[in-house]
Amino acid sequence: MTISSSPPDPSSLWKPNRKASKYVQRVVVWIFGAFALVSVATTFGIIMSLMLETINFFKTVPIWRFLTDTQWTPLFSNPQYGILVLFSATFLTAIIAISVALPLGLFSAIYLSEYAPPQLRKWLKPALEILAGVPTVVFGYFALLLVTPFLQFFIPNLGGFNALSAGLVLGVSITPLVASLSEDAIYAVPESLQKGAYALGCTKREAIVGVILPSALSGIVASCILAISRALGETMIVTLAAGQNPNLTLNPLVPIMTMTAYIVQVSLGDTPAGSIAFLSIFAVGMTLFIITLIFNIFSFWFVRTFREKYE
Amino acid sequence: MTTSNPQSFERESSWNIDQATFLKALRQRYTFDKVFATLALLAVVFSLFVLAVLLIDVFIDGIGRVNWSFLTSFPSRRPAEAGLVSALVGTVWVMVLVALITFPVGVGAGVFLEEFISDNWFARAIEINISNLAAVPSIIYGLLGLQVFVRVMFPITQGRSILSGALTLSLLVLPIVIIATRESLRAVPGSIRQAGFALGATRWQVVREHVLPLAMPGVLTGVILALSRAIGETAPLITIGALTYIPFLPELSLKGLQSPFTVLPIQIFNWVSRPQADFYSLAAGGIIVLMVVLLLMNATAIYLRNRFQK
Repeated sequence: MTISSSPPDPSSLWKPNRKASKYVQRVVVWIFGAFALVSVATTFGIIMSLMLETINFFKTVPIWRFLTDTQWTPLFSNPQYGILVLFSATFLTAIIAISVALPLGLFSAIYLSEYAPPQLRKWLKPALEILAGVPTVVFGYFALLLVTPFLQFFIPNLGGFNALSAGLVLGVSITPLVASLSEDAIYAVPESLQKGAYALGCTKREAIVGVILPSALSGIVASCILAISRALGETMIVTLAAGQNPNLTLNPLVPIMTMTAYIVQVSLGDTPAGSIAFLSIFAVGMTLFIITLIFNIFSFWFVRTFREKYE
Repeated sequence: MTTSNPQSFERESSWNIDQATFLKALRQRYTFDKVFATLALLAVVFSLFVLAVLLIDVFIDGIGRVNWSFLTSFPSRRPAEAGLVSALVGTVWVMVLVALITFPVGVGAGVFLEEFISDNWFARAIEINISNLAAVPSIIYGLLGLQVFVRVMFPITQGRSILSGALTLSLLVLPIVIIATRESLRAVPGSIRQAGFALGATRWQVVREHVLPLAMPGVLTGVILALSRAIGETAPLITIGALTYIPFLPELSLKGLQSPFTVLPIQIFNWVSRPQADFYSLAAGGIIVLMVVLLLMNATAIYLRNRFQK
């Protein structure tokens, strides 16, 4: 065996085409970067398309009348656009929904994280995910054709369309959201805190109510705010079950019209682009967008400010 | 130890309750515990009970309607002859398009944010933006689609067409795909990337050959979750003006993309919102078909996840 002392011939070495692969990478980065910018463009597009038409709307209807009128009568000869009418309806259904979803969701989260045996939990979680995945139009069908007749059995003067049944079903539909976000918050509480509570002689409930829930409070409140924001923007359940009657009322037994239901009503009709009714859906949409945005920002802020930090 | 402080003395004495009182209180505390645990269980049971009632109610109302002619007939004013073939075909069209759009765009954006830019202000701004977008009500996306895809891009989309609907829904579910992609990329261990770099591969080669294949199960699950969200969305498509009475099928060509359309949830909405009770059973039949399609998609997600995980 001979060992050659001369260096190997450079031309026989494997030379990867680095230039080409670097060039390919640069192209890929540009394309993927453009894809990432799609999300920025979407935000920009939402704000621009809402704003432009809203400004056009306010050229005809003064903004203070939009905010202070107490009638919503876009189809009358003397039309009035009082957003309070639609807002009160949206607010009413959301309040009913969250007063169902908060106890249901929070107690479900407590059961899943503290009480459920692991085997049962493995079945319950996907089942709740199925509930979360049911399309809202199906919940609308359910509210209109099963829950309303059922409630009429107990409340005879309940309208065929009403905020109560829409709100209740809406509440059930956002329960999985509250449950899964609250469960995450409860999971984030270190076990040592719970053990400490037991060491002091707490029962399980006392440990949960006195130690775990207060520690997870920021996450629970955030889940609640996000759920309200979801309820405010929900469309199909309230359109189908709460009606199309713009009433300024907080009575849950009569038909009402939410902001989203109004947008649907106008969209279903043949409204020419540029007409005042057409512009009004953008003004209503803008109002809804701003309200939900405030809720979302508030929820982020709340978590960031009040989160308990554990080592 | 005795102290002169009367307050502390009082506090000390209040602890010295006799055993009988303590045991009585303890029994009470345990009773409360049982009530509390039962309430927690009841909350879960009630939610699932509502789900069960909903599914059973729909099944009883609608199963009599689901037959071959229901699946192959066009909508009709006479309930006995009505079917949902145009809605079913429309849903398939829109879903295929949404998948074709969101998969490359969502995964690309996720890879860019997770692998290519470091944690700087730009990355954080996009991240906040995406989580905000995920919380925007779906009907707002409908208004965006109405302005941008139906009106501004009219020459390309021909207005209220399959293409406009698919683009609108794609924007709606894009945040879901991006977030799922980022999460599954984050779960890939850094040592794999470093091994690739050590062998002289570029970042893109490492991502393409090693990181993405490992992250694929999570990515695909995210895409299918996004699709199952899109398939049930009604409000944005109503807002962009998807017609409800479509007595024809779009032709299978690029031209078909510009054809007006309807989808299952819109057809269901149309039937539920009619005053005649005859249409309600049609709606229930439509819901059964929609739920079966959803179930098939979720089963595919589970199948793909298991296959890729091998």
